Amino acid sequence: MPTEILMPALSPTMEEGTLSKWLVKEGDTVASGDILAEIETDKATMEFEAVDEGVVGKILIEAGTEGVKVNTPIAVMLEEGESADDIGKTSEAPAAKDEAPKAEAEKAPAKAAAPVEVKSKASPDWPEGTEMKSQTVREALRDAMSEEMRKDENVYLMGEEVAEYQGAYKVSQGMLDEFGPKRVVDTPITEHGFTGIAVGAAFGGLKPIVEFMTFNFAMQAIDQIINSAAKTLYMSGGQMGAPMVFRGPNGAAARVGAQHSQDYAAWYAQIPGLKVVMPYSAADYKGLMKTAINDPNPVIFLENEILYGRSFDVPVIDDFMIPFGKARIWKEGKDVTIVSFGIGMQYALEAAEKLAEEGIDAEVIDLRTIRPLDYDTVLASVMKTNRCVTVEEGFPVGSIGNHLSAVIMERAFDYLDAPVINCTGKDVPMPYAANLEKLALVTTEEVIAAVKKVTYR
Amino acid sequence: MATRKAPATPNISADELKTYYHDMLLIRRFEEKAGQLYGMGLIGGFCHLYIGQEAVVVGLEAAAEEGDKRVTSYRDHGHMLACGMNPDGVMAELTGREGGYSKGKGGSMHMFSKEKNFYGGHGIVGAQVPIGAGLAFADKYLGNDRVTFTYFGDGAANQGQVYESFNMAALWKLPVIFVIENNQYAMGTSQKRSTSSPEIFKRGEPYGIPGEMVDGMDVLAVKAAGEKAIAHCRAGDGPYILEVKTYRYRGHSMSDPAKYRTREEVQKMRTEKDPIDHVRDLLVSGGHATEDDLKEIDKSIKSIVNQSAEFAKESPEPGVDELWTDIYADVAPQDEDA
Repeated sequence: MPTEILMPALSPTMEEGTLSKWLVKEGDTVASGDILAEIETDKATMEFEAVDEGVVGKILIEAGTEGVKVNTPIAVMLEEGESADDIGKTSEAPAAKDEAPKAEAEKAPAKAAAPVEVKSKASPDWPEGTEMKSQTVREALRDAMSEEMRKDENVYLMGEEVAEYQGAYKVSQGMLDEFGPKRVVDTPITEHGFTGIAVGAAFGGLKPIVEFMTFNFAMQAIDQIINSAAKTLYMSGGQMGAPMVFRGPNGAAARVGAQHSQDYAAWYAQIPGLKVVMPYSAADYKGLMKTAINDPNPVIFLENEILYGRSFDVPVIDDFMIPFGKARIWKEGKDVTIVSFGIGMQYALEAAEKLAEEGIDAEVIDLRTIRPLDYDTVLASVMKTNRCVTVEEGFPVGSIGNHLSAVIMERAFDYLDAPVINCTGKDVPMPYAANLEKLALVTTEEVIAAVKKVTYR
Repeated sequence: MATRKAPATPNISADELKTYYHDMLLIRRFEEKAGQLYGMGLIGGFCHLYIGQEAVVVGLEAAAEEGDKRVTSYRDHGHMLACGMNPDGVMAELTGREGGYSKGKGGSMHMFSKEKNFYGGHGIVGAQVPIGAGLAFADKYLGNDRVTFTYFGDGAANQGQVYESFNMAALWKLPVIFVIENNQYAMGTSQKRSTSSPEIFKRGEPYGIPGEMVDGMDVLAVKAAGEKAIAHCRAGDGPYILEVKTYRYRGHSMSDPAKYRTREEVQKMRTEKDPIDHVRDLLVSGGHATEDDLKEIDKSIKSIVNQSAEFAKESPEPGVDELWTDIYADVAPQDEDA
């Protein structure tokens, strides 16, 4: 029976890819292990091998096709004795080595769903009528870093795989070519050491951007981040500090288990001397990264692997910067305030959209920077709506939501018509199993339920 | 440590010897005074004295040039005095006063001087090592020929980040001199009990970093080794390791009773190896100075140290507003009324 070959999932977060090139043509006989095609994911171009022998009966997706969803049939293989006429009687037999991840991708957690289009009604960070272009978060980050590196010779990027590999998540793609190995520095796998070296380089007059392949690995280096980078300005009576950026993906990706899935927003937010940024949209990634590089303090810039490939409108403005400490109101509303940041915004916006259908008008605030935090915007909103739900993927104990609840209680107690509810990740290490992972993360349904609770609906 | 060789110092001028004598004695008297002030409750917290190790920093500073950098651990008073920082400012930092180098906010272990290229004063054992390599990274990046002295002890030499730094310093040929001040005790643990291979200077070998052992009780030997290491770094040949064998006479910190070694051991070092006595002998036996000359130096140092103690007592405590300054280089701290 003819067998369909499906578009494989070649990375934990891949949802679609570009079928860049076929290395076989219809009628070719292939053996197990032969390379069938090249597929470009959001991270890299990968070769895709045949699992079984057979004849390429029909190519369904042409080379050069972009946005091919995982699990889309891309070709049909025939067994001996079959002809192209048999196509149509295909089986769902495993066709590729990547069959397993593919099956999981079908049951991907809700967070892999497309983002909701909600236009900000609050004053945006650019004038009305500004030309916009669609960019992924990944591209926005690269542009921000490259623009600042063009302006200031002393800004450099260092980290694992940032140069020759073009970035483990392709964020620094092309930067080695433009800036050379002096300014785009591949490090050994030695987070504690290279973070300390970067702190020393900052003391010595440079402006390092340190990429952690993920913030999980920054735990190896957290002493240098906190004790050396964050505290030195104070300990030196203002004589010297560490103007630098620590950046990389933070929080859960998809199916990578407990040691690779943790949100550090609350950890770093606790430290005086650090600034902490955790954007959601590509425009914010760009504008805030440029601000981070120009900031004279150590900045923790928490990115998200799942968001890297998401596209958003980014204003076409020279030197587009967004100041720290300014929240963005994505949607105005009168019934409840939903406060979130980073990928949490996805649940907040989805929930707001669904709630609107039920007649609940939520105001959605994206904090964007966690430290300094825009208390005023949050408090003004809560004073208007009298109810608040916070949303984040991090652990519940000592969360950003906990902190906001305390601040709201202290400063807007009399305005509250219901207790503030914190929607967070669950108080468990991240499980691997797809169903459990989904349960461990915060969900849109939980946000909706919390809103209904505080609005007594 | 080898028995000291007979003085062979044809190239050392009397002035040079007198300078070393002066600088080492200044550190010793300063530290003795700090010990007194600690006993009087004027200095709080941890206070790690450098007494016995003076030849290490004085010898290396004698080899250094303007613009070279230094970074060390929490046993840092000697380094600061040796690189020319003002004793008043150092002592006032020890007492936590406004006139201290960090306005009283750093204390004994956390002091800095941008002016003198002194980058701390770090309280976490070993953390200064990659920072030193990073200072050298910056110098190489900026294209100057400065070197960075990165001091750490035999205790810190067992921290993983030291070897991460060795690897990258060698890989990138960073102009950094790793100075291992081996005073033979990591707090209360002797090197024998903590270190599988006693020759720490050889630990750079797998990375291709040359290293040598130096008699740290002999300021001239330290200076000579420093010059060699500096030449290596300035030539662009990458890092260099100096394991300087030294000895601290006092406990690890003021609160350490030092029960882990005998009185006799300490006494033997003091009488046979003292770095200051050594230079004193060279000065007198070489006819470079009379006892009266040396008394003059002693007197002037006493006056400097007493002055620093007076300043450190008189200087006011930092204003309460200082609690909230220097947290960020640009803005007021996190909305503190939140």
